[in-house]
Amino acid sequence: MLYREALNKAIDKTMEMDETVVVLGEDVGLYGGSYRVTEGLVAKYGERRLIDTPIAELSIVGNAVGMAIGGLRPVAEIMTANFGLLAFDQIINHMAKYRYMSAGKITLPMVVRFPQGVSRQLAAQHSESYEQMLSAVPGLTVLAASDVNYAYHALQFAIMSDDPIIFIEHELLYNKKGDIDFETAIDPLKARVVKEGQDMTIVSYLKMLDDVMEAVPEIEKQLGKSCEVIDLCSLNPIDYETLETSLKKTGAIVVVEEDHKTGGFGSQIVSWAAEEMFYSLDAPPLRLAGEDVPIPYNRTLELASIPTPEKIAEKIMAWGNKNGL
Amino acid sequence: MNKLLAEEIYYDMVLGRTFELAAKEHYMGGDIAGFLHLDIGQEGFSVAAMKAFDKGDVFTTYREHVMAIARGMDPKDVMAELFGKAAGISRGRGGSMHLFDPSHFFYGGDAIVGGQIPNAVGCAYARKYQGREDGVMVVFGDGATNGGAFFESINNASTQKLPLLFLCENNGYAIGTKITRVAPFEKQAKKAEPYMITREVDGMDALAVYESVREAQSLIQDGHGPVFLEAMTCRYEGHSVADANTYRSKEEMQICKGKDSIDRMEQLLLSQYGITPDAIKTIQKRAQNCVDEAVAFAASAVEPELAELYEDIFAERKNHAVS
Ligand SMILES: Cc1ncc(C[n+]2csc(CCOP(=O)(O)OP(=O)(O)O)c2C)c(N)n1
Ligand SMILES: [Mg+2]
Repeated sequence: MLYREALNKAIDKTMEMDETVVVLGEDVGLYGGSYRVTEGLVAKYGERRLIDTPIAELSIVGNAVGMAIGGLRPVAEIMTANFGLLAFDQIINHMAKYRYMSAGKITLPMVVRFPQGVSRQLAAQHSESYEQMLSAVPGLTVLAASDVNYAYHALQFAIMSDDPIIFIEHELLYNKKGDIDFETAIDPLKARVVKEGQDMTIVSYLKMLDDVMEAVPEIEKQLGKSCEVIDLCSLNPIDYETLETSLKKTGAIVVVEEDHKTGGFGSQIVSWAAEEMFYSLDAPPLRLAGEDVPIPYNRTLELASIPTPEKIAEKIMAWGNKNGL
Repeated sequence: MNKLLAEEIYYDMVLGRTFELAAKEHYMGGDIAGFLHLDIGQEGFSVAAMKAFDKGDVFTTYREHVMAIARGMDPKDVMAELFGKAAGISRGRGGSMHLFDPSHFFYGGDAIVGGQIPNAVGCAYARKYQGREDGVMVVFGDGATNGGAFFESINNASTQKLPLLFLCENNGYAIGTKITRVAPFEKQAKKAEPYMITREVDGMDALAVYESVREAQSLIQDGHGPVFLEAMTCRYEGHSVADANTYRSKEEMQICKGKDSIDRMEQLLLSQYGITPDAIKTIQKRAQNCVDEAVAFAASAVEPELAELYEDIFAERKNHAVS
């Protein structure tokens, strides 16, 4: 099963179960979604429930807020995160705040799906990541799906949740393969230990998780140490408990993210580690992130602007050697 | 229109199509990546609009190779940009969607739908402020007229009587979504009617586009404020090369291609301008040679240096101390 098929299945299942679930966005209906996530759903549920919207992101999210107030469970698709910037007023001023401002009288059961990240040479206006901004907004739950199983379970959870949820997907993951474990329930707000290890904790999410996993064998071989790899899954709330357990064991932390380094999401994890875990640390935390530049078109420059498996391995090994890990 | 100009427009249209076909081929071959939005079918519109609005500033979208070349950019520099090379017009950092050339008053190459429209309003304000008469032209698709940026812009430009030509390329689709499914009418000029003079033109007729843009330009220069011109066009390919174009029927495509602007221009040159079939062939050859040269140039050009990753993010930073 592909990641995009898992997302499709999750939407399909909730739509079947609950007829208040509707999907809205650009090309989500007849076209099947620009990343084919909603393919086939319009044939099953009709245009009343798969709403092709104009190119008007502010309205996509704004309307979803109103639909939620009116008793529906909208799943809004933003075609690419950069376009979602047009909806940030609705996301931050409305979607995130109505519950609090109304003393809990308003409930917004809604999801905004955010495909993001550096894909392949889409250049500066189609390649960014916004988890740093979105996770900084009180009132929003921010999930980041890095694999098929999580995508399936977490999107269902998000749609059926009574809170407004930002559901981040990475554009390079849509064709990623994996299996769904239909038997085992997951808690989408908990981080996931992807690989157990003893000597360092590597924290990541979305596409970078795959790059980390690719780098790990080389790191372990060269340093003669074992790495524990954690997929954060939920970026707000952050599951510090899982991180703490791991850090107490390993004593060293690396955070890997694709986004620009300054102000990036990983700084939150490192700042937590410095504040709360200082005495468990055997080495200064290491943060690997993208360069502070707009994403260029040229492939070589594009790859130079973000972490890659080779760079991740190289930098973690250098850091490990320097700090006696 | 005089013969020379008619020939020039025809040449640029043929050049545009030849360029786009070569770009498509090299996308398939892996030399070009990312999103590649071809203008095939709309060359008459793109070329005539640029030729007519020969002075003044232009803002446009990601579907802009043909416009950029008609505006005066060297096809070599454009192709090199598509190849991501250092010799590209944006040094390989922008790619197909981000061609910029202020020396030709061409400001992109913007890939946020509707995003360039408020920028054009601001530029028109600057031109009015400076007492410069040429005005500004902003090109956008039918899909862009559904966004807030467009509605805010027609209101602002009209209130301030700015010298701005809103040029809508209405090809009836935004990616796979037919305009009538997301707007209450087929022609978007209706939206601008309460605010400004509106006009419509057959976008598949290059001469008509040329005349209409000329007329519109003289209107915005006369202090009438903005004008909205809508050109009905047809794109022959998918939205981008990645789009399989399955949402349009064979019949629809046939009708659409039956209006081909290059064929029409060719007939006109033969029948009204006394240009011989041989001369037409020569023009076509010249265009092909030009594109072949552009491809050869792009293929052999060097990659940008790694250090360029950090260049052009800021204007030169001087000492910021102030007293
Ligand atoms: C704000 C924003 N939303 C969505 C997109 C994705 N997108 C790119 S082009 C396009 C369709 C635009 O259609 P139209 O304005 O009619 O121009 P055309 O491509 O037909 O020339 C869409 C939805 C985008 N680039 N920017
Ligand atoms: Mg269109």
